[in-house]
Amino acid sequence: MNVPPDFGVDNDVLTAATLPNSLRQLKQPEGEIMNALRRCRYDSDTIFAIKLAFEEAVTNAVKHGNCNDPDRHVHLRWYVDEQRVVIAVRDEGAGFKVERVPDPTRDENLERPNGRGIMLMQSYMTKVRFNSRGNEVWLLKLNPRRSGTRPSA
Amino acid sequence: MEQPSLHLRIKRVEGISVVEFADRKILEELSIQEIQEELKGVVEAEPGIQLLLDFSNVDHLASAALGALITVHKKIQEQNGELKLCNINRQIYQVFRITRLNRVFDIYDSTDQALAGFGKS
Repeated sequence: MNVPPDFGVDNDVLTAATLPNSLRQLKQPEGEIMNALRRCRYDSDTIFAIKLAFEEAVTNAVKHGNCNDPDRHVHLRWYVDEQRVVIAVRDEGAGFKVERVPDPTRDENLERPNGRGIMLMQSYMTKVRFNSRGNEVWLLKLNPRRSGTRPSA
Repeated sequence: MEQPSLHLRIKRVEGISVVEFADRKILEELSIQEIQEELKGVVEAEPGIQLLLDFSNVDHLASAALGALITVHKKIQEQNGELKLCNINRQIYQVFRITRLNRVFDIYDSTDQALAGFGKS
């Protein structure tokens, strides 16, 4: 899937990496993204939000999408500048339908132990998109300190 | 009463078990499973336990950790115990608020307020 057109970046500005299906292996690109956020002077609340959404996305990919299979991979793409952060996480699983995930904030679901990752991503990010297969999620966070301009490739 | 634990620091205050988390980030699946098992062990060892979870050391929390807390909470309720949470920083409290889990858990600003709240609900 290409970057959603309303995310404000072109595909060729994205950094791409394919990693083993391991949360520990995903710490390195996470560290690179967090360092870029600090260099671009994002505030601590926004960094907290992006870290949380990234962790939820890669946990879903490793655990649910790739079923903890060590032979599978997680495919990342990301872009960070002073205006925005774009992150894509794709797994090699069958995918899922996001609309079938029960709303964890409904009274009858409040005490279910699972199912909060997607709603947290949606709450903390500016935009969240899934591909049609449901094995790739795109996250956009606009920097609340800066107004948006479209970066050139 | 002190108990050896990888992820938790446990002490007794006026008959209440006060648990602090050793990890600043409760994010990784394996750690979360271990924390859940350690907490379940504490709860099962003392039916009717009054348990205070002190989050003052925690600055990141994954949704799987919320699930672990819910599981432990249910276990405590089954055994007629009490669970309270305290010293949750503003960013993490926001996670509880967004997920509406601030309605499920009994959350206090400080340790003293939480300790005073036991036995009253």
